[in-house]
Amino acid sequence: MTPLKSTLIAAALAATCGLTSAVTLRVANQGDATSMDPHSLNESLQLSITGNVYEPLVGRDKKLGLVPALATQWTQTSPTVWRFALRKGVKFHDGTPFTADDVVFSFTRAAGDGSDMKGYTSALKEVRKIDDATVELETTAPFPILPDVISLVYIMSKKWSEDNKAEKPVDRRKGIENAASFRSNGTGPYRLRERQPTTRSVFVRHPGHWEKAEGNVDEVIFTPIGNDATRVAAMLSGEIDMMEPVPLQDVERLKGNANISVMQGPELRTIFLGMDQKRDELQFSSVKGKNPFKDKRVRQAFYQAIDIEAIKSRVMRNAAAPTALMVGPGIKGFVPDMNKRLPFDTEAARKLLTEAGYPNGFEVSMNCPNDRYVNDGEVCQAVAASLARIGVKINLQAESKATYFPKILRRDTSFYMLGWTPGTYDAHNALSNLIATPTDKGQGTFNLGAYSNPKIDDLTARIQSETDQAKRNAMIAEAFKLHADDIGHIPLHQQALAWAMKKNVSLVQLPDNFMPFKWINVK
Amino acid sequence: MIASARRFFDGDVWFSFRSTPVAVGAAVVALVLAFSAIFAGWVAPHNPFDLATLELSDARLPPAWIEGGSSKYLLGTDDQGRDILSALMYGARISLLVGVASVLLSVVVGVGLGLLSGFAGGKTDALIMRVCDVMLSFPSILIALLIDGVGRAMFPNAHDTLAFAVLVFAIALPGWVQYARTVRGSTLVERNKEYVQAARVTGVSSLRIMRRHVLPNVLGPVLVLATIQVATAILTEATLSFLGVGVPPTQPSLGTLIRVGNDFLFSGEWWITIFPGLMLVLIALSVNLLGDWLRDALNPRLR
Repeated sequence: MTPLKSTLIAAALAATCGLTSAVTLRVANQGDATSMDPHSLNESLQLSITGNVYEPLVGRDKKLGLVPALATQWTQTSPTVWRFALRKGVKFHDGTPFTADDVVFSFTRAAGDGSDMKGYTSALKEVRKIDDATVELETTAPFPILPDVISLVYIMSKKWSEDNKAEKPVDRRKGIENAASFRSNGTGPYRLRERQPTTRSVFVRHPGHWEKAEGNVDEVIFTPIGNDATRVAAMLSGEIDMMEPVPLQDVERLKGNANISVMQGPELRTIFLGMDQKRDELQFSSVKGKNPFKDKRVRQAFYQAIDIEAIKSRVMRNAAAPTALMVGPGIKGFVPDMNKRLPFDTEAARKLLTEAGYPNGFEVSMNCPNDRYVNDGEVCQAVAASLARIGVKINLQAESKATYFPKILRRDTSFYMLGWTPGTYDAHNALSNLIATPTDKGQGTFNLGAYSNPKIDDLTARIQSETDQAKRNAMIAEAFKLHADDIGHIPLHQQALAWAMKKNVSLVQLPDNFMPFKWINVK
Repeated sequence: MIASARRFFDGDVWFSFRSTPVAVGAAVVALVLAFSAIFAGWVAPHNPFDLATLELSDARLPPAWIEGGSSKYLLGTDDQGRDILSALMYGARISLLVGVASVLLSVVVGVGLGLLSGFAGGKTDALIMRVCDVMLSFPSILIALLIDGVGRAMFPNAHDTLAFAVLVFAIALPGWVQYARTVRGSTLVERNKEYVQAARVTGVSSLRIMRRHVLPNVLGPVLVLATIQVATAILTEATLSFLGVGVPPTQPSLGTLIRVGNDFLFSGEWWITIFPGLMLVLIALSVNLLGDWLRDALNPRLR
């Protein structure tokens, strides 16, 4: 199909949409994807949105199990080589056929400069084209969970990317944008029709999609509404059909409305605090000449000073589960026995801080998003109040994720809040992304404070290639134990999902907070 | 001193004040608010800025007279457990401080430039007035947002003092134009009067004439304008803080309190936003009424 033809068809479709009973779904979120580039930010919302437009080789079903997507089947031909048979007859939105070249290109792109998806490609040694419909992925070491790991590496069109000078991912850290940020050309069930960052994005169904449609939504209008009250008002007035997250204070009110249903469920995301443990002097602190966070006693003092139960009951209105681990229940490798936090104890914390040489505390800046996680800004304020009791003065910088993410990904932070859902639903992902020592090969991409323990690095590498489940779990538990003993991070809680929708909307709420439009039905 | 006080109390202005109940009422309200704001440190039951004293477990308690409220927190608490009553006093202090400081700044700049413009005339006058025209063609809130944005970009890690300075500057800058215009107009009238010419003939320098002879005679309208502008500046500060670009969130002004409370409006926790809103209305209204009265009192034609 030529581009002109496809435009005409799209136009004709759009015209008929206006006349016939085309189904439009208006979705509101508290924030927007920072870009439409599927490799530029490893963040759930961005991957959820772009996941409607682009597809991986291996997808996820409604229970987060693996299903064939752009690959129809995969086999392990040797411990380090995986062979993927590609789906035939698939076309990109612009009509270009999907081939093995696109797969090789996309993996190279995702592993290359500016990509934020290196954590998923770091184990790959080579991606080879065997023929037009077959590729081989070779890993540096045996990697039994490879198909899980690549389920978020979306495939882009080689031709389109080259034509549009988008061969390299959009790098928000450096403020580099390209065509892939505003336009897209995937194979997914929806195509991007309109993109106004932070204002409005419109997705329309891609008629040539290979999969039989389960949902009936023809058009999705996605609007970020940052203010909680405004978002709720839009929901109540019927201006939108679906919103997430529901502000915790408004759950009851929305539940009481006859036209609206509220869907709540546990989320796999863990919210935690990270500390710069690498620099010899913190960038944003009153302490000069040394880095207090290098001292475990300081980290532990921070940990024990935080009144997590009060945060749970007052700030999160009980819609959170305090955690001692960097992964939550539902993630492979989660160790229930180890999920015991150090006790909240202001006195002990103050004592630790005194022992470490800061009897009067110190001053440090804290970076926080205010439109990314549930009540994120409020949680940070509560943390600041808790820390004030041990004399630590927090200069809180709570800001929109559009400015927050570039800042912390450049590691321009001393103390930060982050939330993480392991994209593979496996503890190894948390270990390699959040806890392992950062390398330029994709380890520790989100270990923004550069916490480092060589023993954990070694365990992480061995966990990656271990096939024996019992041994693997033992190693994961050992790594978590080491991390907890070091107080590498301060885990806070797993938040709960709260979505609200009109009664006539039926959808699947995934615990990773992804929202595939293709499963949404509007009666 | 006593003589000048007597002159004041025997004078027209004081008489007009006493015989205007609205003005007396507004003054009383403004004085009480100003007192509680200035002495918030002694008067307020809690210190909402001292994070160490916040009890998160007391967050979102309703006012004392509603079931579930606590006598410890007369007007309830916000989402971080701050006592609303104390937060109001401290918040009003920040609002008043920013309001008065920015008006002072714009008065100094505006009166100075206005005098210069009116007295010097010619190219200086033309230049200053064209700058005024340009400034007037932008809504003041837009200029304030712009300066605030630039200020934040220039000092990304600005806290407390610097953030306040940027805020004061952001509100003051669009404000000076009105003073400059008013003062220029009056100066143009005054400078041709006999007493100015007499001073000039006796060889008094231009600077001294401007300062000692013209300035006192053009200050009347400035006083009125400044009083009303304090209310406007407080509202601008509240707007900026409501938009989240004002004072730091750990030191809430009235605007910040209203913004925070706005999120809880639908969930029935009305006190978090209503009380700061009422406080803002009271401050703005009383200051405006005083300004109105002052305008009438100082205007000979209305007497």
